[in-house]
Amino acid sequence: MAAACERLIPADESSGAAAAGAADYIDGLLGAFRFDPPHVWAGGPFSGRAGGEASFSDFTPLDPMDELAWRTRIEGSRGRVEREWNGPVTGLQERYEDGIAALGADFAGLGSADQDARLDAVPEFRSLLYEHACEAMYGPPEYGGNRHLAGWRSIGFEGDVQPRGWSDDEVSEP
Amino acid sequence: MNPSSHDADAVIVGSGPGGATAADVLTAAGWSVIVLEKGRNHLLDLEPPYELKGDFSNDEIKFTRRHFLGPDPLLEPRAFRRSDADGDHLLLGEVNNLPSGVGGGAVHADAKMPRFRELDFRLLSERGPIDGADLDDWPLDYAELEPCYAEAERLVGVAGEAGVNPYESWRSGPYPMAPGPDMYGAILSAEAATRMGYHPYRAPTGINTTDYDGRPSCNNCGFCGQYGCPIHAKGDAVASLRRALRSGRCEIRPRAMATEVVLDEAGRRARAVRYLDAVGDGHEVTAAHVVLAGGAFETPRLLLRGGIANSSGLVGRYLMFHFQTYVAASFPFSLHPNRGRTVTHHHDDFVAPNAEDLAAARQAGLPWFSGGTVEHGGGTGPITEALNCPPGPLHKELMRSSMLRDRLWVFTMQGEDMPQAVNRVDLHPSARDVHGLPAGRVTYSPHRHEIAASAYWGPKLEAIHIEAGASWTATTTSPPTDRDSAGAMGWAPVSRHVMGTCRMGTDPRTSVVDAHGRFHDVENMICADSSVFVTSSGYNPTLTIVALAIRASRALAGIQPERRAG
Repeated sequence: MAAACERLIPADESSGAAAAGAADYIDGLLGAFRFDPPHVWAGGPFSGRAGGEASFSDFTPLDPMDELAWRTRIEGSRGRVEREWNGPVTGLQERYEDGIAALGADFAGLGSADQDARLDAVPEFRSLLYEHACEAMYGPPEYGGNRHLAGWRSIGFEGDVQPRGWSDDEVSEP
Repeated sequence: MNPSSHDADAVIVGSGPGGATAADVLTAAGWSVIVLEKGRNHLLDLEPPYELKGDFSNDEIKFTRRHFLGPDPLLEPRAFRRSDADGDHLLLGEVNNLPSGVGGGAVHADAKMPRFRELDFRLLSERGPIDGADLDDWPLDYAELEPCYAEAERLVGVAGEAGVNPYESWRSGPYPMAPGPDMYGAILSAEAATRMGYHPYRAPTGINTTDYDGRPSCNNCGFCGQYGCPIHAKGDAVASLRRALRSGRCEIRPRAMATEVVLDEAGRRARAVRYLDAVGDGHEVTAAHVVLAGGAFETPRLLLRGGIANSSGLVGRYLMFHFQTYVAASFPFSLHPNRGRTVTHHHDDFVAPNAEDLAAARQAGLPWFSGGTVEHGGGTGPITEALNCPPGPLHKELMRSSMLRDRLWVFTMQGEDMPQAVNRVDLHPSARDVHGLPAGRVTYSPHRHEIAASAYWGPKLEAIHIEAGASWTATTTSPPTDRDSAGAMGWAPVSRHVMGTCRMGTDPRTSVVDAHGRFHDVENMICADSSVFVTSSGYNPTLTIVALAIRASRALAGIQPERRAG
């Protein structure tokens, strides 16, 4: 998984998706319900990076409706009536299992051209993987990616800034 | 009121700008209210002292990728099709998902709060008909609504600058607060627009620029549009809901999905609203009055399920969005649009077509056309930017150069959308939500007015960007103008400005509610959301929703006094 993410967002002079923790991010999403509260929504209001008490790591509890939605999205409906109000749902876990299998156990050892060919052969999975690699690279690190703020630093993005915010001059000046 | 025979004097369906305002006005009049909100509560504690919750944050994953503000499209799928020719639907899932939760759609917005113009209320009389468009005048005029606009600005807390926009209608007083700091990109685009003869001004915005109503001044964090405010510097709908709760006469029930308005035996009065709670158990709230404020998508969905208030057959029809023209430009230097309120300037020149504009309209086969207010803004986050950059070896380089975020500036024209009876919300024949209720469905195609107006004004906006120093520009629209392509933004309108599905008017044969939002068919029930709009204007709808909700709620309660926020 890390190798596939790295192929989509490769390192250059700065870290790529693998070093930024894309695999941990995806693992965190697929395994969100290993934690209590589940690791779906980071807490608020502040991370502590710009002042205030750090609370992003205290994930927001899900209520029963949230849990139904996210278990269905991650685990799939698996034939359970209470998850199939609109028909069967294939979960992210199954999509990843199938996608990784299609890339092949030897994927990490292949050359770039062969890796691209394998990814191009599964366009829907490639698209899913890219979405998650982008989230991992440039989202808050509490979700498991953006390790050591590698993603934000590589593009000069300051990230979350509450409660410090920006001064009026910082808003209006070049 | 004597609530002894009811659970409350009024039950309010929806806690967004309209429902929150109704709760505020009615509790101030001494009424007891119960607010049913189908979404979850991330806004404020519902027990004294009603502290603001700390759930909102500067978190792009939570707010833009994981449906934190709801509705979750798995639980509540919506359908879209352009016309009957698309079959049951073209899309099913995430369609125009205006947030669902305590505070409603207000929570996510970057809080632009312009008023409509005098002309907007009598568009048919002033500008005349257009073939294929079901234009009409509103049954009230600007002068009748102006005191409510002024009160809405005080209740929400709007910062703005009166007297500098030549296209604004008259006002009875100044804005409650002065504008906030100008974003750097907006300074450049406003100066360029001025040089080209346009009239940009500081946008009226429901975000504090000083401590107001017990909430702090905005600190310019930049996570504004699409995000809940971590420090509650946005006034809508926090201010109204908190005042209502503090009255001791308001109860808010989150995760309460209204399923039915129950009428009396004669079918002329509402006596209760039924709802399902978070675990699917059914409840009934009895009330002397009912206020529907679920928004222009959910209100007709509720009415159509029960087949009530629809003797006209018009519930759900005349659905309007703003036809949005996005004109993006990349500059050869940083604009840091991640700092500030997302949008700090507008210009309105395109809502008032001049002789040259009207000649272009006639050339396009229309008697006239009108654009909309133009927002000068930026503020995309890096995940959104990354998803618009290609994967592979160039990805990091493109992200560092950031032509799609840090160097990007965007004009968004909120184009006036013609009302058409064929554009509508109805019930999907087979798709269901998590409660087993029929999914709502949008059937919508733009009128050629919107397409012609966008095609005419888009290049003018590109020219302003070039004047400001842009390296390149690109224009797209939502919905797309090409019927054969979904375009860059998908088939369905992405605008969260949804209007017109319970049209206001004096004739019960041609409208659903009267000039005070009261349903023609149900005498003790009002609508307090944008369903009642007769036309869309070219302006963000929220302040008009609040003003109309003040007027409708006062009429319901038989009260007239004005009061100030605080």
